[in-house]
Amino acid sequence: MTTIANLSVGERGIIQDVSFDKVPLKLLEMGCIPGKEVELIQVAPLKDPLYIRVNGSHLAIRKETAELIQITKSENLCEVLKS
Amino acid sequence: MRSTKVIKVALVGNPNTGKSSIFNQLTGLNQKVSNYPGVTVEKKSGFAKLSDEVSATIEDLPGTYSINPSSLDENIVLQALLNPANQYPDIVVVVADVENLKRNLFLFSQIKDLQIPTILVINMADQMKRKGISLDIELLKRELDSEVILASARKNIGIENIKKAILNYKNVKISTIANIADRIDADFFKKVKETFKDISLYKSWLLITQHHNYPTLDKELLKRIKTFRVDDNKLKKMQNRETILRYQYINNILKKTYKVDTDQATGLRFKLDKILTHRIFGYVIFAGILLLIFQSIFDWTSVPMDYIDTAFSKLSEYVKNNFQEGVFTNLVAEGIIPGIGGIVIFIPQIAILFLLISILEETGYMSRVVFLMDKIMRRFGMSGKSVIPLISGTACAIPAIMAARNISGWKERLITILVTPFTTCSARLPVYAIIIALVIPNKRYFGIFSLQGLTLMILYLVGFTAALSSGYLLHKTLKVKGNNFFVMEMPNYKLPSIKNVLFTVLEKTKAFIYGAGRIILALSIILWFLASNGPTSFKNASEVVRGENSELTEVELNQKIASYKLEHSYIGIAGKTIEPAIKPLGYDWKIGIALISSFAAREVFVGTLATIYSVESDDDTATIKERMAAEINQDTGEKRFNFPVGMSLLVFYVFAMQCMSTLAIVKRETNSWKWPILQLFGMTTLAYLASLLTFVLLK
Repeated sequence: MTTIANLSVGERGIIQDVSFDKVPLKLLEMGCIPGKEVELIQVAPLKDPLYIRVNGSHLAIRKETAELIQITKSENLCEVLKS
Repeated sequence: MRSTKVIKVALVGNPNTGKSSIFNQLTGLNQKVSNYPGVTVEKKSGFAKLSDEVSATIEDLPGTYSINPSSLDENIVLQALLNPANQYPDIVVVVADVENLKRNLFLFSQIKDLQIPTILVINMADQMKRKGISLDIELLKRELDSEVILASARKNIGIENIKKAILNYKNVKISTIANIADRIDADFFKKVKETFKDISLYKSWLLITQHHNYPTLDKELLKRIKTFRVDDNKLKKMQNRETILRYQYINNILKKTYKVDTDQATGLRFKLDKILTHRIFGYVIFAGILLLIFQSIFDWTSVPMDYIDTAFSKLSEYVKNNFQEGVFTNLVAEGIIPGIGGIVIFIPQIAILFLLISILEETGYMSRVVFLMDKIMRRFGMSGKSVIPLISGTACAIPAIMAARNISGWKERLITILVTPFTTCSARLPVYAIIIALVIPNKRYFGIFSLQGLTLMILYLVGFTAALSSGYLLHKTLKVKGNNFFVMEMPNYKLPSIKNVLFTVLEKTKAFIYGAGRIILALSIILWFLASNGPTSFKNASEVVRGENSELTEVELNQKIASYKLEHSYIGIAGKTIEPAIKPLGYDWKIGIALISSFAAREVFVGTLATIYSVESDDDTATIKERMAAEINQDTGEKRFNFPVGMSLLVFYVFAMQCMSTLAIVKRETNSWKWPILQLFGMTTLAYLASLLTFVLLK
């Protein structure tokens, strides 16, 4: 298990758990919910914030928030399609 | 009963769905912007004719992702839809973007569950084919138990259907769709149902979770709400659960009705993102765009601004020469007309600034700037979103401070509001221009760099540096509660709609004229009164001066009388009073008057000095300059505006909080006098000390 903050650009993962007590409701409402695939699209030049695609939404979140979202990495695209 | 009926419509939707385009298509120019009572959020409403007998007032509510508010703007949506007392609105039109249907349906399902008549408009439908999207609209209608309309505001498709659906509001089916309450917490919601028999279940749930955002609930209802004393943690858990279940429900529907071929969808966005958020090109492009903005604000606007300037002084002169002499004519010619002129002159800059900013926002580029700048700005206690206010601040701090609203963290927003007035707004320009012309030699280096231009640039940089470093200082010292959470949608790129951009420019310019304009105008009139009235010595000016200077010509005599009058007017007395305090900075009472009067608005400085040095009011800058250059310091016999005094004044204007309207707007936006007062004293103290240092070092 790792977090979104540890993804490399282009890598994907499945959200396992969100630290609900520390993350505002808004993040969930914008699509960041467990079970959904997340892809790291771009990292800002100073390594923060992160630009992700999740549940059909494109979002920018700060690294500190990304660290609160637990994921399992998807090894490759085929596996993502299967799941 | 009257034969005409007006239907009340609320337009709701996520940001970036083209909701405003739909609004503009429905209402055309029949729209107005006002403020919600008690809050500063702008209320946009418009009027649409639906048929011969029926028309509608359409309210364009602020864009939001959820009915649970996380900002002041979003709170408006909650308040508009949750109002248990009256039955406003008759119908809610939820605007969705076909590309982000999932997240848009989240909001739709919440509103539908409130059990008010709701229809769904899916915008940008013309792009479905290009984006590889297919949608089973009939099935979607059945699943959502609602009317669904495909539309494209840009291509003017579906607008008539929206009007028809609004006309039919009485037949809109009211039903709940998600029905997830029992799966969140069956026991809890059973109790909710019992307590709020008269209110729909979802509305009751929102009343329980959001009543603190809703100040005007009646006592009886509040009492019932208070019976649900659930701890915040449990409530939040239930909200989280609701969100997850709601998305599950939507996913199930979309699985049956919505298909997207992702390969087609991401091409252009991907390529543009790679370049625009690149670690080198990203900043280079942003710097280029900033340069373009500055260039256009200061270069392209100089012609219309000069034209306006001349037109107003001509008008003043005309009134003075062609109307009966008297107090009223003077008030019009010296108070009201220059006052209005002082507002109108900024219209070109404000219009162009908002033209460019709204293009940047419409295209989706602004989000990339925020993305690029967030980490950098955070070091200074601000957010990436603070970039927009800081750029806007170069035209005027007032709209800039209002633009800080979409910063969700309170501390970051507060710091942005507090430091924005340090950015060099256009009102400082006339002051800078005349002082630089007086004390900086007109030299050129390498043929291109003019020393005067370079000085101006340095003043801008000092302003920005002051904004950032005071941000840093506030970041380290301010103890303000509230976390600085940051999440932002990165919208897809799109071509700006000309109609939207022009409407925004029109709206912002109007807001500036009516908002700031009123204050500037009122203060100009007060200043005029204080400068043209005074105690006995003021009234006897003519006799005193004539008695002392019998050998002068009539023209010189009149100038002397004007100067004497000013010195003994109320404002002259004020200038004299503060003279001891500003003498260490190298100023005399005349500059003191200009400082006081320019508190209304900085650019008044030049006009006041023009009056003080008894220049005829044809506003010929060269003449004011010559007069100022000729002014002698009585103590030293040297020129009054020598290099140290000039620099000291420049430094003063870089830092000083010389703008009453900005303070008024800060008070409104922070809802407290504490912050504008801190700003006023902090900035003025800084300005005083910095000018003192400058003067002492250069003397």
